[in-house]
Amino acid sequence: MFIFAWLNNQLLKMQWLSDLVQGFVERVLGLSVQDQLGGSIHFFVYDVVKIFILLSVLIFTISYVQSFFPPERTKKILGGYRGITGNILGALLGTVTPFCSCSSIPLFIGFTSAGLPLGITFSFLISSPLVDLASILLLASIFNWKIAFAYVVAGLILAVIGGTLIGRARLEGYVEPFVYSNTMVNTDQETVTLKERLGFAGEQVLNIVQRVWLYILIGVGIGAVIHNWIPENIISMVLGQDKWYSALIATIVGVPMYADIFGTLPIAEALVYKGVGIGTALAFMMAVTALSLPSLIMLKTAVKFRLLAIFFVVVTIGIIILGYTFNAFGHLLV
Amino acid sequence: MIIKILGTGCANCNKLVQNTKKAVAALGIAAAVEKVQDMKAIAGYGVMRLPALVIDEEVKVVGKILKVDEIKELLK
Repeated sequence: MFIFAWLNNQLLKMQWLSDLVQGFVERVLGLSVQDQLGGSIHFFVYDVVKIFILLSVLIFTISYVQSFFPPERTKKILGGYRGITGNILGALLGTVTPFCSCSSIPLFIGFTSAGLPLGITFSFLISSPLVDLASILLLASIFNWKIAFAYVVAGLILAVIGGTLIGRARLEGYVEPFVYSNTMVNTDQETVTLKERLGFAGEQVLNIVQRVWLYILIGVGIGAVIHNWIPENIISMVLGQDKWYSALIATIVGVPMYADIFGTLPIAEALVYKGVGIGTALAFMMAVTALSLPSLIMLKTAVKFRLLAIFFVVVTIGIIILGYTFNAFGHLLV
Repeated sequence: MIIKILGTGCANCNKLVQNTKKAVAALGIAAAVEKVQDMKAIAGYGVMRLPALVIDEEVKVVGKILKVDEIKELLK
């Protein structure tokens, strides 16, 4: 147990880095980490370096796993299932199928025109940005394993239930007709060598870091401000655990925001540090990553307004419910 | 030769357009490089990953930002 705790602290939580940055702040800058300025510099430098190290290592490993599940293959696997099993599988595959947000529409079209039920496709679309293999380890690093696990389970439940509801509502008529009218070319399953998989993993690291670095800097910056400059009583006035509306507000604020899960984590971290309920912080993260204006606008090209509105409402309400559930049972997770 | 890049205008797609233009210039061949951003047109090619590279109406590569050298190989 001691070995595990040590590995957890040093490798995952990077205690050594925290100590190193503390030394830098105290000796080189001559500030105390207990002070506002020193504390926020420590939070910013430590979080930025930690997230970039974890991100690079994780994305490399995960992209390697993902190279076995290109969307074409996922489509084939999902094609054999119906009902709740299909939704669960869709949600699970959403966590391992790599796709950049610009591919979400062709992916939707590909799944739908291949005859996959709308509900299963939506289970996939909800879980894909929400639950990422990398996010599990980052959550474990920043919070703890229980919270990471709870987040993943919550995200999957949201994807399964959301997809099932959309499937039950029989909304096939609200997909733009062109989606059904095109034929998909079946790109032949090319054999991929080990070297190509490693190359793919390396490229993914570069691509993703290039895509998200700004979000991370902004996210950690906001986190540092919350962490050291905004008084706790102001935050607890709006998002405090005793306020019935806290998870609701966190969701409403998060929905129009658009960021990667990696940029959102430091904000959630700082909020929890300031006494905000874990459910409220998770609801905020889910709202930011699962729903965003750009992705809704993209989806609008392939589906009619009614389906888009139902998707939006189902996911938003789901996040709010999960937020309250986690706040109620949050004491079990710390 | 007509080369089309299918993409929704994201950073990855634009990078592929640039690399393709460089490859065409380096080879000195007569080829038109076009961006296809309309989703209906993209759907018509049946690709599930973007960006995609289409040469003379044939889908060559999907979901990959090819390097200049790799594109040169395809164009030869």
